[in-house]
Amino acid sequence: MSAASWIHPVLALALAPLLPVLIQRVKALFAGRCGPPWGQGYIDLWKLFRKGGIASRTTTWVFRAGPLVNFACLLAALAVMPLGAVSAPLPFDGDWVLLAYLLGLGRFFTVTAALDTGSSFEGMGASREVQFAVFAEPALLIGLAALARETQSLSLSPIYAGLAAGGELPLRILLGAGFFVLYLAENCRIPVDDPATHLELTMIHEVMVLDHGAVDLGFIQWGSALKLWVLGALWAGLLPLGALPGPLSRLAAGAGAILVLAILTGIVESVTARVRLLRVPQLLVGAGVLCALGLLLTFR
Amino acid sequence: MPLEGIYLFGLLAGALALLAASGVGSLLAGRWSERGAVAIGAGGAGVACVAGLAAAVGALLRRVDLTVARPWRMPYGEFRLGLDPLSAFFLIPLFLLSGLAALYAIGYFRPWKGRNPGRFWLFYNGLVASMALVVAARNGVLFLAAWETMTIASFFLVIFDETDSRSAHAGWIYLVATHLGTALLIGLFVWLGRGAGSQDFGTYAAPAGMAGGLFVLGLAGFGTKAGLYPLHVWLPEAHPAAPSPVSAVMSGVMIKTGLYGIVRLLVILGTVPGWCAWLVLGIGAASGILGVLFALAQHDLKRLLAYHSVENIGIIALGIGLGMLGVHTGMPALAALGFAGGLLHVLNHAIFKGLLFFGAGAVAHATGTRDIEQLGGGMKRMPWTGAAFLIGSAAICGLPPFNGFISEFLIYMGAFKAILGSGPAALGGVTVLTALALIGGLAAACFAKAFGIVFLGEPRSAAASAAREVGASMRVPMAVLAGLCLAIGLLAGAGLRAMDPVVAMLTGLPSSVAAPGAGRVLMPAALFGVLALLLGGLLLLAVLRRRLLAGRANRETVTWDCGYAAPAASMQYTATGFAQPLTQAAEGILRPRVESQLPQGVYPASGAYHADTPDVARRMLFDPLFRAAAKRLGRLRWLQQGRVHWYVFYLVAVLVLLLGWALRA
Repeated sequence: MSAASWIHPVLALALAPLLPVLIQRVKALFAGRCGPPWGQGYIDLWKLFRKGGIASRTTTWVFRAGPLVNFACLLAALAVMPLGAVSAPLPFDGDWVLLAYLLGLGRFFTVTAALDTGSSFEGMGASREVQFAVFAEPALLIGLAALARETQSLSLSPIYAGLAAGGELPLRILLGAGFFVLYLAENCRIPVDDPATHLELTMIHEVMVLDHGAVDLGFIQWGSALKLWVLGALWAGLLPLGALPGPLSRLAAGAGAILVLAILTGIVESVTARVRLLRVPQLLVGAGVLCALGLLLTFR
Repeated sequence: MPLEGIYLFGLLAGALALLAASGVGSLLAGRWSERGAVAIGAGGAGVACVAGLAAAVGALLRRVDLTVARPWRMPYGEFRLGLDPLSAFFLIPLFLLSGLAALYAIGYFRPWKGRNPGRFWLFYNGLVASMALVVAARNGVLFLAAWETMTIASFFLVIFDETDSRSAHAGWIYLVATHLGTALLIGLFVWLGRGAGSQDFGTYAAPAGMAGGLFVLGLAGFGTKAGLYPLHVWLPEAHPAAPSPVSAVMSGVMIKTGLYGIVRLLVILGTVPGWCAWLVLGIGAASGILGVLFALAQHDLKRLLAYHSVENIGIIALGIGLGMLGVHTGMPALAALGFAGGLLHVLNHAIFKGLLFFGAGAVAHATGTRDIEQLGGGMKRMPWTGAAFLIGSAAICGLPPFNGFISEFLIYMGAFKAILGSGPAALGGVTVLTALALIGGLAAACFAKAFGIVFLGEPRSAAASAAREVGASMRVPMAVLAGLCLAIGLLAGAGLRAMDPVVAMLTGLPSSVAAPGAGRVLMPAALFGVLALLLGGLLLLAVLRRRLLAGRANRETVTWDCGYAAPAASMQYTATGFAQPLTQAAEGILRPRVESQLPQGVYPASGAYHADTPDVARRMLFDPLFRAAAKRLGRLRWLQQGRVHWYVFYLVAVLVLLLGWALRA
């Protein structure tokens, strides 16, 4: 465990609020608008953290626990997630199972918080969220198993260190495509969900947090930005960045790759429409097939 | 050590004797005083379970391994009892959950006035004693006798509520299914004992080349009790019908005696062919995935939980299958991880499933219904039960930092070891990985539904809104189990060492830590560091939230419903609706019976949707099978004259035939 390994969590917490703004600015560029100022993410958080709360009478402590648990899960995920082939602070064999299950725990509490309001909209969003997770989780674990087999290690940090040093191009491409779909789905982006929609019936993630406000909403927004970052780091590690000298330059390159992924997301959101809800499972199974093909490649 | 072992053994024997005595004593006392009967029955069970638990934990920590034999006037029978790490390990959840369930039962049966509670305690204490005897028996005849006592006692507990006609039907299905399993087991023990000429477990020897056949026989016989797919059909009928403390014990520990049988058979046989491991893996994956899929489609809270038992038995089978694969392919790390994960899940499942059945029982106790669609808002009315059920739900989904995660993590690690290797073992690893990931997602969906619809939102019926928190005798067991879910999740790193002798028995390794590479994986200290970080972070965030909101206006209002200011409870999402996208996707497997009335016209006045999902294995496989059997066997009905002298004649005729057969030589 070196000092450099602690840079990534701090960097993630500080820079994550930039990501949604970056995506919005790319979308604005495509639409011929100017988009929000760069600091909008931070301004929103500052505003939300200073507001008084308002909650539904139906709710209990489960409703208030949801955003906090989700945020704590992402904080814990940062402890095992490496960036730019720089080891994470607390790596161990099998840490990627913990990563997948931490995302699951955050989702479980987000969903229960939504159901706590008794709203039919939020129930609908929660139902969709758990449905998509059923298809996304095996895809993620199979993809990570492919990486583990390729690098013959069981922890994310050595996996990504090994991948930075070498690894097959076809595997990188297959998993890059698979993980990109998972990134879009888990972060509720087009073509699975539209964070900018204004109609409750069509929302998935946004509808689950309709009743949250103030500090809770602040943690939700910061948490969503962190999730973009963590899953972005999962994708960024597939790029061959190991040739760079020194951990700092590799960290910078990794952060740059996460920003590039956000720009890609903005482009996808600008040029594609959402797929029908009934087709989302097919999209996710497709991502799973890409990951499984990657795993198959390592068996040659 | 040997002296210590004798003391612990004596403690266990004393617990068994106390259980038997207090059961009978409670029945007798019930003629005069209901309170006296409860005091004797529950008190005896409680003291015996504490003593038994102490003996089991002591024996496991001290690595006791001894056998005690007394002659028994029964052909081939001998009162041979043993206490070794494997038995001690299975006795721990058995006594733990049975003791807590006894405490829970005191509160649960309080409204049942005017009926002799001794009847319950006789069968309950008999069930606990016979389960312990099954785990401790070292003689085939004694084992079968204990096995049968366990079946009969649990049958009477299933049909205990005589006001419910469905429980009689469920009990009947249970009795038939479990006796078919026992028939296979009699065949197994006869076959095993033939070569040795004795029913002593120690002298059993599998005939050459027959180990595979014997294992399949045992897997089917024990698998019926364990609830492995497709032999699980009795389970979703019997568990909901039984009173909740009994459901908890049946689901938490009684079905584990089936797993104990499978594992003990592995120890007896020593080596089994490689295809047996694949069979266990396949059945485990099928049980796991189909169990959780059917659970997702249920509306009866206890039936839903019963299907989750099928799922968790599947997860345990996946672990055991991986362990067998590791032994077969000579990968000690894989063997140790698979067996350790599977066995730890036995303990963990007893804890969280017991907790969930207690919670479901508390809800049924408070509202009078188990129909999820009639419930809601339980968290406000029953905060203790709600919090305990939430912890149990997270634990059963395998979410960190609870105990379910630890055992699933070990099985995952076994799967990775297999995947990193080469050859066919890697295929087994991929199977387990995919199955576990799929099960995890589906279980989370199912428990988001079960917890969310029952405990959150607004009550969906008058009964649900009138619910009140249950008494202390029902709350304390739930609190203890919820605490154990968290404690095992956080402290397993230290506790796993105690399992080494158990795993060593199965893998043939001196100790699982001695296996190259296994010791490092069994206890990744950083894992517990991250879990501590998770909890610490959560605590910090909660404090931060409180500080940020302090001194500001905090208001309450109605839930957002597009500006509609009079939301009603009936507008909430239903359990059927919540699970519908997934049950629809799995329609081909679940084959639900849907009754729907689509909205008609421009201003639709009504619409309805109801989906019922009976068990497919029962509908497609067992019902036709039993109907055909009934048709064929119906031709023998003329034998049943209903007159006693005919039956006496049958008896005499059979006796004469047997005499002739015996004298033929």
